[in-house]
Amino acid sequence: MSGGAGFFDIPSDLQHSYAGLIGIHMQEAMIPVGIGLAVALPLGQLCVRFRWLYPPVLWVTTVLYAIPSLTFFVFLIDYTGATRTTVMIPLTVYSLVVLVPAIVDGVRSVPQDTLSAATAMGLGPVQRYLQVQLPLAVPAIIAGLRVATASSISLVSVGALIGNQGALGNLLQDAILYHRSNLALNSVVTIAVLAVLTDIVLVLLRMALTPWLPRSGKAAGRAARATAVEPSTEAALLEDAAS
Amino acid sequence: MSLFQFISDFFRDNANWHGAYGIPHRLLEHVEYSLIALGIAAGIALPVGLVTGHTGRGGNALALVATAARALPSYGLLVLMFFWLGLGLTPVMIPLVALAVPPILVTTYEAMRTLDPAPVDAARGMGMGPAAVLFQVELPSALPLVLSGLRSAAIQVVSTTAIAATVSLGGLGRFVVDGLYQQNYTIVVGGATLIAGLALVTIALFWLVGRFVVSPGVRGRR
Repeated sequence: MSGGAGFFDIPSDLQHSYAGLIGIHMQEAMIPVGIGLAVALPLGQLCVRFRWLYPPVLWVTTVLYAIPSLTFFVFLIDYTGATRTTVMIPLTVYSLVVLVPAIVDGVRSVPQDTLSAATAMGLGPVQRYLQVQLPLAVPAIIAGLRVATASSISLVSVGALIGNQGALGNLLQDAILYHRSNLALNSVVTIAVLAVLTDIVLVLLRMALTPWLPRSGKAAGRAARATAVEPSTEAALLEDAAS
Repeated sequence: MSLFQFISDFFRDNANWHGAYGIPHRLLEHVEYSLIALGIAAGIALPVGLVTGHTGRGGNALALVATAARALPSYGLLVLMFFWLGLGLTPVMIPLVALAVPPILVTTYEAMRTLDPAPVDAARGMGMGPAAVLFQVELPSALPLVLSGLRSAAIQVVSTTAIAATVSLGGLGRFVVDGLYQQNYTIVVGGATLIAGLALVTIALFWLVGRFVVSPGVRGRR
Protein backbone atom coordinates (compact mmCIF):
# COMPACT_ATOMS: atom_id res chain seq x y z
CA MET A 1 0.00 0.00 0.00
CA SER A 2 1.06 3.53 -0.56
CA GLY A 3 1.41 5.43 2.67
CA GLY A 4 -1.19 8.17 2.69
CA ALA A 5 -4.92 7.99 3.11
CA GLY A 6 -5.75 11.42 1.66
CA PHE A 7 -8.28 12.22 -1.02
CA PHE A 8 -5.85 11.70 -3.88
CA ASP A 9 -3.80 8.87 -2.33
CA ILE A 10 -4.57 5.94 -4.61
CA PRO A 11 -3.91 2.50 -3.08
CA SER A 12 -0.98 0.83 -4.79
CA ASP A 13 -2.93 -2.35 -5.60
CA LEU A 14 -4.61 -0.44 -8.43
CA GLN A 15 -1.14 -0.04 -10.03
CA HIS A 16 -2.00 3.37 -11.46
CA SER A 17 -1.78 6.99 -10.43
CA TYR A 18 -4.86 9.19 -10.21
CA ALA A 19 -4.09 10.65 -13.64
CA GLY A 20 -3.44 7.15 -14.96
CA LEU A 21 -6.89 5.99 -13.80
CA ILE A 22 -8.50 9.00 -15.45
CA GLY A 23 -6.70 8.15 -18.70
CA ILE A 24 -7.82 4.51 -18.62
CA HIS A 25 -11.34 5.54 -17.69
CA MET A 26 -11.70 7.90 -20.62
CA GLN A 27 -10.14 5.36 -22.96
CA GLU A 28 -12.51 2.63 -21.76
CA ALA A 29 -15.49 4.98 -22.11
CA MET A 30 -14.69 6.77 -25.38
CA ILE A 31 -13.34 3.96 -27.61
CA PRO A 32 -16.77 2.24 -27.46
CA VAL A 33 -18.53 5.52 -28.33
CA GLY A 34 -16.15 6.00 -31.28
CA ILE A 35 -16.69 2.48 -32.59
CA GLY A 36 -20.43 2.86 -31.94
CA LEU A 37 -20.50 6.02 -34.06
CA ALA A 38 -18.46 4.41 -36.84
CA VAL A 39 -20.95 1.53 -37.06
CA ALA A 40 -24.07 3.63 -36.43
CA LEU A 41 -23.44 6.07 -39.32
CA PRO A 42 -23.64 3.46 -42.13
CA LEU A 43 -26.32 1.47 -40.29
CA GLY A 44 -28.40 4.62 -39.82
CA GLN A 45 -28.00 5.47 -43.50
CA LEU A 46 -29.19 1.97 -44.44
CA CYS A 47 -32.26 2.47 -42.23
CA VAL A 48 -33.00 5.79 -43.94
CA ARG A 49 -32.58 4.27 -47.41
CA PHE A 50 -34.62 1.15 -46.70
CA ARG A 51 -37.46 2.27 -44.47
CA TRP A 52 -38.70 -1.27 -43.78
CA LEU A 53 -35.38 -1.97 -42.06
CA TYR A 54 -35.88 0.64 -39.33
CA PRO A 55 -38.69 -0.90 -37.18
CA PRO A 56 -36.93 -4.28 -36.75
CA VAL A 57 -33.60 -2.51 -36.07
CA LEU A 58 -35.35 -0.39 -33.43
CA TRP A 59 -36.85 -3.45 -31.77
CA VAL A 60 -33.48 -5.19 -31.62
CA THR A 61 -31.79 -2.09 -30.22
CA THR A 62 -34.52 -1.50 -27.62
CA VAL A 63 -34.13 -5.07 -26.38
CA LEU A 64 -30.32 -4.88 -26.37
CA TYR A 65 -30.47 -1.62 -24.42
CA ALA A 66 -32.57 -3.33 -21.76
CA ILE A 67 -29.88 -5.98 -21.08
CA PRO A 68 -28.28 -4.82 -17.83
CA SER A 69 -24.56 -4.01 -18.01
CA LEU A 70 -23.76 -6.47 -15.23
CA THR A 71 -25.38 -9.31 -17.21
CA PHE A 72 -23.53 -8.30 -20.37
CA PHE A 73 -20.18 -8.17 -18.55
CA VAL A 74 -20.44 -11.55 -16.86
CA PHE A 75 -21.71 -13.31 -19.99
CA LEU A 76 -18.69 -12.03 -21.88
CA ILE A 77 -16.20 -13.19 -19.23
CA ASP A 78 -16.61 -16.67 -20.72
CA TYR A 79 -15.39 -15.41 -24.10
CA THR A 80 -13.09 -12.45 -23.55
CA GLY A 81 -12.06 -12.98 -19.91
CA ALA A 82 -12.04 -10.38 -17.14
CA THR A 83 -10.45 -7.76 -19.39
CA ARG A 84 -11.08 -4.23 -20.53
CA THR A 85 -12.43 -5.62 -23.80
CA THR A 86 -15.22 -7.29 -21.83
CA VAL A 87 -16.22 -3.89 -20.48
CA MET A 88 -15.89 -2.11 -23.81
CA ILE A 89 -18.02 -4.51 -25.91
CA PRO A 90 -21.30 -3.83 -24.04
CA LEU A 91 -20.55 -0.11 -23.94
CA THR A 92 -20.11 -0.22 -27.73
CA VAL A 93 -23.50 -1.90 -28.07
CA TYR A 94 -25.19 0.67 -25.81
CA SER A 95 -23.61 3.54 -27.78
CA LEU A 96 -24.76 2.00 -31.03
CA VAL A 97 -28.28 1.59 -29.68
CA VAL A 98 -28.45 5.26 -28.70
CA LEU A 99 -26.80 6.58 -31.85
CA VAL A 100 -28.72 4.72 -34.58
CA PRO A 101 -32.13 6.32 -33.80
CA ALA A 102 -30.45 9.70 -33.28
CA ILE A 103 -28.81 9.51 -36.71
CA VAL A 104 -31.91 8.17 -38.46
CA ASP A 105 -34.14 10.87 -36.93
CA GLY A 106 -31.54 13.54 -37.74
CA VAL A 107 -31.07 12.52 -41.36
CA ARG A 108 -34.81 12.02 -41.88
CA SER A 109 -35.59 15.46 -40.50
CA VAL A 110 -33.81 17.15 -43.42
CA PRO A 111 -36.63 18.74 -45.48
CA GLN A 112 -37.39 17.30 -48.91
CA ASP A 113 -37.04 20.80 -50.45
CA THR A 114 -33.47 21.00 -49.21
CA LEU A 115 -32.65 17.63 -50.75
CA SER A 116 -34.30 18.61 -54.03
CA ALA A 117 -32.32 21.84 -54.09
CA ALA A 118 -29.08 19.90 -53.53
CA THR A 119 -29.95 17.49 -56.35
CA ALA A 120 -30.84 20.40 -58.64
CA MET A 121 -27.43 21.94 -57.92
CA GLY A 122 -25.89 18.77 -59.32
CA LEU A 123 -24.90 16.95 -56.16
CA GLY A 124 -24.75 13.16 -56.43
CA PRO A 125 -26.15 10.92 -53.69
CA VAL A 126 -22.79 10.59 -51.88
CA GLN A 127 -22.00 14.31 -52.06
CA ARG A 128 -25.54 15.15 -51.02
CA TYR A 129 -25.22 12.87 -47.99
CA LEU A 130 -21.83 14.22 -46.94
CA GLN A 131 -22.42 17.92 -47.68
CA VAL A 132 -26.12 18.36 -46.90
CA GLN A 133 -27.76 15.57 -44.92
CA LEU A 134 -24.94 14.81 -42.52
CA PRO A 135 -24.19 18.44 -41.53
CA LEU A 136 -27.90 19.15 -41.00
CA ALA A 137 -28.18 16.01 -38.84
CA VAL A 138 -25.29 17.15 -36.61
CA PRO A 139 -27.47 18.50 -33.75
CA ALA A 140 -29.37 15.20 -33.51
CA ILE A 141 -26.16 13.16 -33.75
CA ILE A 142 -24.48 15.25 -31.03
CA ALA A 143 -27.57 14.86 -28.85
CA GLY A 144 -27.16 11.10 -29.23
CA LEU A 145 -23.42 11.32 -28.54
CA ARG A 146 -24.12 13.23 -25.31
CA VAL A 147 -26.33 10.42 -24.02
CA ALA A 148 -23.89 7.76 -25.18
CA THR A 149 -20.79 9.36 -23.61
CA ALA A 150 -22.52 10.13 -20.30
CA SER A 151 -23.81 6.59 -19.88
CA SER A 152 -20.50 5.14 -21.07
CA ILE A 153 -18.44 7.19 -18.59
CA SER A 154 -20.79 6.17 -15.79
CA LEU A 155 -20.97 2.47 -16.73
CA VAL A 156 -17.21 1.91 -16.99
CA SER A 157 -17.17 1.92 -13.18
CA VAL A 158 -19.40 -1.17 -13.09
CA GLY A 159 -16.46 -2.97 -14.69
CA ALA A 160 -14.89 -2.91 -11.23
CA LEU A 161 -17.21 -5.80 -10.32
CA ILE A 162 -15.62 -8.19 -12.82
CA GLY A 163 -12.10 -7.95 -11.46
CA ASN A 164 -10.87 -4.38 -11.28
CA GLN A 165 -11.63 -3.46 -14.89
CA GLY A 166 -13.55 -0.33 -13.94
CA ALA A 167 -10.73 2.30 -13.96
CA LEU A 168 -12.00 4.99 -11.56
CA GLY A 169 -14.69 2.53 -10.48
CA ASN A 170 -11.96 0.39 -8.93
CA LEU A 171 -11.61 3.11 -6.32
CA LEU A 172 -15.09 2.12 -5.12
CA GLN A 173 -13.96 -1.44 -4.50
CA ASP A 174 -10.86 -0.22 -2.68
CA ALA A 175 -12.99 2.20 -0.67
CA ILE A 176 -14.91 -0.78 0.72
CA LEU A 177 -11.78 -2.93 1.07
CA TYR A 178 -9.80 -0.31 3.04
CA HIS A 179 -12.80 1.45 4.66
CA ARG A 180 -11.87 4.75 3.02
CA SER A 181 -15.00 6.71 2.12
CA ASN A 182 -12.87 9.47 0.60
CA LEU A 183 -11.91 7.08 -2.21
CA ALA A 184 -15.60 6.56 -3.02
CA LEU A 185 -16.19 10.30 -2.97
CA ASN A 186 -13.14 10.83 -5.17
CA SER A 187 -14.48 8.27 -7.67
CA VAL A 188 -17.99 9.76 -7.83
CA VAL A 189 -16.78 13.37 -8.09
CA THR A 190 -14.10 12.60 -10.69
CA ILE A 191 -16.48 10.57 -12.86
CA ALA A 192 -19.15 13.28 -12.62
CA VAL A 193 -16.64 16.00 -13.54
CA LEU A 194 -15.37 13.94 -16.50
CA ALA A 195 -18.96 13.47 -17.68
CA VAL A 196 -19.76 17.18 -17.39
CA LEU A 197 -16.53 18.21 -19.16
CA THR A 198 -17.15 15.76 -22.00
CA ASP A 199 -20.70 17.09 -22.30
CA ILE A 200 -19.41 20.66 -22.54
CA VAL A 201 -16.92 19.64 -25.23
CA LEU A 202 -19.73 18.05 -27.25
CA VAL A 203 -21.92 21.15 -26.92
CA LEU A 204 -19.01 23.32 -28.08
CA LEU A 205 -18.44 20.90 -30.96
CA ARG A 206 -22.08 21.25 -32.01
CA MET A 207 -21.78 25.05 -31.94
CA ALA A 208 -18.62 24.89 -34.05
CA LEU A 209 -20.15 22.48 -36.56
CA THR A 210 -23.50 24.26 -36.87
CA PRO A 211 -22.70 27.99 -36.95
CA TRP A 212 -26.12 28.68 -38.56
CA LEU A 213 -28.05 27.60 -35.45
CA PRO A 214 -28.91 29.88 -32.51
CA ARG A 215 -26.37 29.38 -29.73
CA SER A 216 -28.70 29.28 -26.78
CA GLY A 217 -32.31 29.73 -25.82
CA LYS A 218 -35.18 27.38 -26.40
CA ALA A 219 -33.53 25.10 -28.97
CA ALA A 220 -30.60 24.35 -26.68
CA GLY A 221 -32.85 23.73 -23.68
CA ARG A 222 -35.02 21.41 -25.71
CA ALA A 223 -32.02 19.51 -27.00
CA ALA A 224 -30.65 19.14 -23.48
CA ARG A 225 -33.95 17.78 -22.23
CA ALA A 226 -34.26 15.46 -25.18
CA THR A 227 -30.92 13.90 -24.33
CA ALA A 228 -32.09 12.90 -20.86
CA VAL A 229 -33.78 9.84 -22.28
CA GLU A 230 -32.32 7.42 -24.74
CA PRO A 231 -33.64 8.61 -28.12
CA SER A 232 -34.86 5.17 -29.08
CA THR A 233 -37.61 5.25 -26.47
CA GLU A 234 -39.71 7.84 -28.16
CA ALA A 235 -38.87 6.66 -31.64
CA ALA A 236 -39.61 3.02 -30.85
CA LEU A 237 -42.90 3.90 -29.29
CA LEU A 238 -43.96 6.04 -32.20
CA GLU A 239 -42.90 3.43 -34.76
CA ASP A 240 -44.82 0.89 -32.76
CA ALA A 241 -47.86 3.12 -32.68
CA ALA A 242 -47.64 3.70 -36.42
CA SER A 243 -47.46 0.02 -37.34
CA MET B 1 -18.32 -25.69 -20.94
CA SER B 2 -20.44 -23.24 -22.85
CA LEU B 3 -22.43 -20.36 -21.47
CA PHE B 4 -25.69 -22.24 -22.02
CA GLN B 5 -24.50 -25.23 -20.04
CA PHE B 6 -23.68 -22.95 -17.10
CA ILE B 7 -27.13 -21.43 -17.35
CA SER B 8 -28.96 -24.75 -17.55
CA ASP B 9 -26.88 -26.13 -14.66
CA PHE B 10 -27.94 -23.18 -12.56
CA PHE B 11 -31.62 -23.60 -13.25
CA ARG B 12 -31.57 -27.39 -12.88
CA ASP B 13 -29.92 -27.24 -9.46
CA ASN B 14 -32.78 -27.88 -7.06
CA ALA B 15 -30.98 -26.05 -4.23
CA ASN B 16 -31.31 -22.78 -6.14
CA TRP B 17 -35.09 -22.87 -5.95
CA HIS B 18 -35.67 -22.92 -2.20
CA GLY B 19 -35.35 -20.73 0.86
CA ALA B 20 -34.12 -17.20 1.47
CA TYR B 21 -31.25 -17.74 -0.98
CA GLY B 22 -33.49 -19.30 -3.62
CA ILE B 23 -34.55 -17.87 -6.97
CA PRO B 24 -38.20 -17.09 -6.06
CA HIS B 25 -37.24 -15.17 -2.94
CA ARG B 26 -34.44 -13.21 -4.65
CA LEU B 27 -36.73 -12.44 -7.57
CA LEU B 28 -39.42 -11.10 -5.22
CA GLU B 29 -36.84 -8.95 -3.42
CA HIS B 30 -35.62 -7.56 -6.71
CA VAL B 31 -39.14 -6.75 -7.90
CA GLU B 32 -39.97 -5.23 -4.51
CA TYR B 33 -36.94 -2.88 -4.46
CA SER B 34 -37.50 -1.90 -8.07
CA LEU B 35 -41.19 -1.17 -7.51
CA ILE B 36 -40.51 0.91 -4.39
CA ALA B 37 -37.86 2.97 -6.22
CA LEU B 38 -40.03 3.39 -9.31
CA GLY B 39 -43.06 4.26 -7.17
CA ILE B 40 -41.21 6.98 -5.25
CA ALA B 41 -39.66 8.35 -8.43
CA ALA B 42 -43.02 8.41 -10.24
CA GLY B 43 -44.63 10.02 -7.18
CA ILE B 44 -42.12 12.86 -7.42
CA ALA B 45 -41.62 13.16 -11.17
CA LEU B 46 -45.12 12.71 -12.59
CA PRO B 47 -46.81 15.59 -10.72
CA VAL B 48 -43.83 17.91 -11.23
CA GLY B 49 -43.61 17.00 -14.92
CA LEU B 50 -47.36 17.43 -15.43
CA VAL B 51 -47.48 20.82 -13.72
CA THR B 52 -44.33 22.24 -15.34
CA GLY B 53 -45.37 20.86 -18.72
CA HIS B 54 -48.92 22.16 -18.34
CA THR B 55 -47.78 25.67 -17.43
CA GLY B 56 -44.69 25.61 -19.65
CA ARG B 57 -42.47 27.00 -16.90
CA GLY B 58 -39.20 25.58 -15.64
CA GLY B 59 -38.05 23.92 -18.86
CA ASN B 60 -34.48 25.16 -18.52
CA ALA B 61 -34.30 24.08 -14.88
CA LEU B 62 -35.42 20.62 -15.99
CA ALA B 63 -32.69 20.55 -18.66
CA LEU B 64 -30.14 21.34 -15.95
CA VAL B 65 -31.49 18.60 -13.66
CA ALA B 66 -31.40 16.12 -16.52
CA THR B 67 -27.80 16.95 -17.47
CA ALA B 68 -26.62 16.86 -13.85
CA ALA B 69 -28.36 13.55 -13.21
CA ARG B 70 -26.78 11.94 -16.26
CA ALA B 71 -23.32 12.88 -15.03
CA LEU B 72 -23.76 11.06 -11.70
CA PRO B 73 -22.47 7.46 -11.75
CA SER B 74 -25.14 5.34 -10.02
CA TYR B 75 -22.76 2.59 -8.92
CA GLY B 76 -20.50 5.18 -7.29
CA LEU B 77 -23.48 6.77 -5.57
CA LEU B 78 -24.52 3.39 -4.19
CA VAL B 79 -21.10 2.88 -2.60
CA LEU B 80 -20.98 6.45 -1.32
CA MET B 81 -24.44 6.20 0.28
CA PHE B 82 -23.36 2.93 1.87
CA PHE B 83 -20.50 4.81 3.53
CA TRP B 84 -22.60 7.77 4.58
CA LEU B 85 -25.81 6.00 5.66
CA GLY B 86 -24.74 2.43 6.35
CA LEU B 87 -26.60 -0.74 5.42
CA GLY B 88 -30.29 -0.58 4.73
CA LEU B 89 -32.99 0.25 2.27
CA THR B 90 -32.60 4.06 2.29
CA PRO B 91 -28.98 4.19 1.02
CA VAL B 92 -30.00 1.95 -1.88
CA MET B 93 -33.20 3.85 -2.64
CA ILE B 94 -31.52 7.28 -2.94
CA PRO B 95 -29.40 6.41 -6.03
CA LEU B 96 -32.22 4.36 -7.57
CA VAL B 97 -34.73 7.20 -7.21
CA ALA B 98 -32.15 9.73 -8.44
CA LEU B 99 -31.67 7.50 -11.48
CA ALA B 100 -35.39 7.08 -12.20
CA VAL B 101 -36.63 10.65 -11.70
CA PRO B 102 -35.02 12.39 -14.74
CA PRO B 103 -36.39 10.15 -17.51
CA ILE B 104 -39.93 10.29 -16.07
CA LEU B 105 -39.75 14.02 -15.37
CA VAL B 106 -38.35 15.00 -18.74
CA THR B 107 -40.60 12.79 -20.90
CA THR B 108 -43.68 13.92 -18.95
CA TYR B 109 -42.69 17.55 -19.44
CA GLU B 110 -42.00 17.00 -23.15
CA ALA B 111 -45.23 15.04 -23.58
CA MET B 112 -47.26 17.90 -22.12
CA ARG B 113 -45.37 20.51 -24.16
CA THR B 114 -45.74 18.77 -27.51
CA LEU B 115 -49.49 18.11 -27.21
CA ASP B 116 -51.64 18.98 -30.19
CA PRO B 117 -53.31 22.26 -29.08
CA ALA B 118 -56.47 21.69 -31.17
CA PRO B 119 -58.17 19.05 -28.97
CA VAL B 120 -57.23 21.03 -25.84
CA ASP B 121 -58.87 24.15 -27.28
CA ALA B 122 -61.88 22.11 -28.35
CA ALA B 123 -62.24 20.71 -24.83
CA ARG B 124 -62.11 24.21 -23.36
CA GLY B 125 -64.63 25.37 -25.93
CA MET B 126 -66.97 22.57 -24.85
CA GLY B 127 -66.90 24.06 -21.37
CA MET B 128 -64.48 21.67 -19.63
CA GLY B 129 -62.77 23.05 -16.55
CA PRO B 130 -58.97 23.01 -16.09
CA ALA B 131 -59.06 19.72 -14.13
CA ALA B 132 -61.24 18.01 -16.72
CA VAL B 133 -59.01 19.24 -19.54
CA LEU B 134 -55.93 17.93 -17.75
CA PHE B 135 -57.31 14.50 -16.83
CA GLN B 136 -59.64 13.79 -19.74
CA VAL B 137 -57.77 15.34 -22.67
CA GLU B 138 -54.14 16.24 -21.97
CA LEU B 139 -53.19 13.24 -19.88
CA PRO B 140 -54.64 10.58 -22.22
CA SER B 141 -52.94 12.24 -25.21
CA ALA B 142 -49.61 12.48 -23.39
CA LEU B 143 -49.80 8.90 -22.16
CA PRO B 144 -47.64 7.17 -24.82
CA LEU B 145 -44.63 9.40 -24.09
CA VAL B 146 -45.20 9.33 -20.33
CA LEU B 147 -45.24 5.52 -20.47
CA SER B 148 -42.01 5.49 -22.48
CA GLY B 149 -40.37 7.60 -19.77
CA LEU B 150 -41.62 5.22 -17.07
CA ARG B 151 -40.36 2.26 -19.09
CA SER B 152 -36.94 3.81 -19.51
CA ALA B 153 -36.78 4.49 -15.78
CA ALA B 154 -38.01 0.99 -14.89
CA ILE B 155 -35.36 -0.71 -17.02
CA GLN B 156 -32.59 1.37 -15.49
CA VAL B 157 -33.88 0.69 -11.98
CA VAL B 158 -34.07 -3.08 -12.58
CA SER B 159 -30.51 -3.20 -13.88
CA THR B 160 -29.09 -0.91 -11.18
CA THR B 161 -30.86 -2.79 -8.38
CA ALA B 162 -28.69 -5.72 -9.46
CA ILE B 163 -25.55 -3.67 -8.81
CA ALA B 164 -26.95 -2.66 -5.41
CA ALA B 165 -26.17 -6.19 -4.22
CA THR B 166 -22.50 -5.15 -3.93
CA VAL B 167 -23.27 -2.93 -0.95
CA SER B 168 -26.12 -4.74 0.75
CA LEU B 169 -29.49 -6.38 0.58
CA GLY B 170 -30.76 -9.09 -1.64
CA GLY B 171 -32.23 -9.12 -5.08
CA LEU B 172 -30.98 -11.05 -8.09
CA GLY B 173 -27.66 -9.21 -8.03
CA ARG B 174 -26.76 -11.30 -4.97
CA PHE B 175 -26.23 -14.35 -7.20
CA VAL B 176 -23.82 -12.44 -9.45
CA VAL B 177 -21.90 -10.69 -6.67
CA ASP B 178 -21.64 -13.78 -4.43
CA GLY B 179 -20.83 -16.00 -7.39
CA LEU B 180 -18.03 -13.70 -8.51
CA TYR B 181 -16.67 -13.67 -4.97
CA GLN B 182 -16.81 -17.49 -4.72
CA GLN B 183 -15.55 -17.81 -8.31
CA ASN B 184 -18.61 -19.93 -9.06
CA TYR B 185 -19.36 -18.99 -12.65
CA THR B 186 -22.56 -21.09 -12.77
CA ILE B 187 -24.21 -18.92 -10.11
CA VAL B 188 -22.86 -15.71 -11.71
CA VAL B 189 -24.28 -16.50 -15.12
CA GLY B 190 -27.53 -17.88 -13.71
CA GLY B 191 -28.14 -14.70 -11.75
CA ALA B 192 -27.23 -12.55 -14.73
CA THR B 193 -29.72 -14.46 -16.88
CA LEU B 194 -32.47 -13.83 -14.33
CA ILE B 195 -31.68 -10.10 -14.24
CA ALA B 196 -31.78 -9.86 -18.03
CA GLY B 197 -35.01 -11.87 -18.05
CA LEU B 198 -36.60 -9.49 -15.58
CA ALA B 199 -35.54 -6.49 -17.68
CA LEU B 200 -37.07 -8.05 -20.79
CA VAL B 201 -40.29 -8.88 -18.93
CA THR B 202 -40.37 -5.22 -17.87
CA ILE B 203 -40.27 -4.04 -21.49
CA ALA B 204 -42.94 -6.57 -22.44
CA LEU B 205 -45.19 -5.41 -19.58
CA PHE B 206 -44.89 -1.78 -20.62
CA TRP B 207 -45.67 -2.74 -24.20
CA LEU B 208 -48.79 -4.59 -23.02
CA VAL B 209 -49.89 -1.75 -20.75
CA GLY B 210 -49.45 0.64 -23.68
CA ARG B 211 -51.68 -1.54 -25.85
CA PHE B 212 -54.47 -1.59 -23.27
CA VAL B 213 -54.28 1.83 -21.61
CA VAL B 214 -53.49 4.15 -24.50
CA SER B 215 -56.60 5.25 -26.34
CA PRO B 216 -56.77 3.86 -29.90
CA GLY B 217 -57.31 7.37 -31.21
CA VAL B 218 -54.05 8.56 -29.68
CA ARG B 219 -52.18 5.47 -30.85
CA GLY B 220 -53.26 5.90 -34.44
CA ARG B 221 -52.60 9.60 -34.65
CA ARG B 222 -48.83 9.84 -34.67
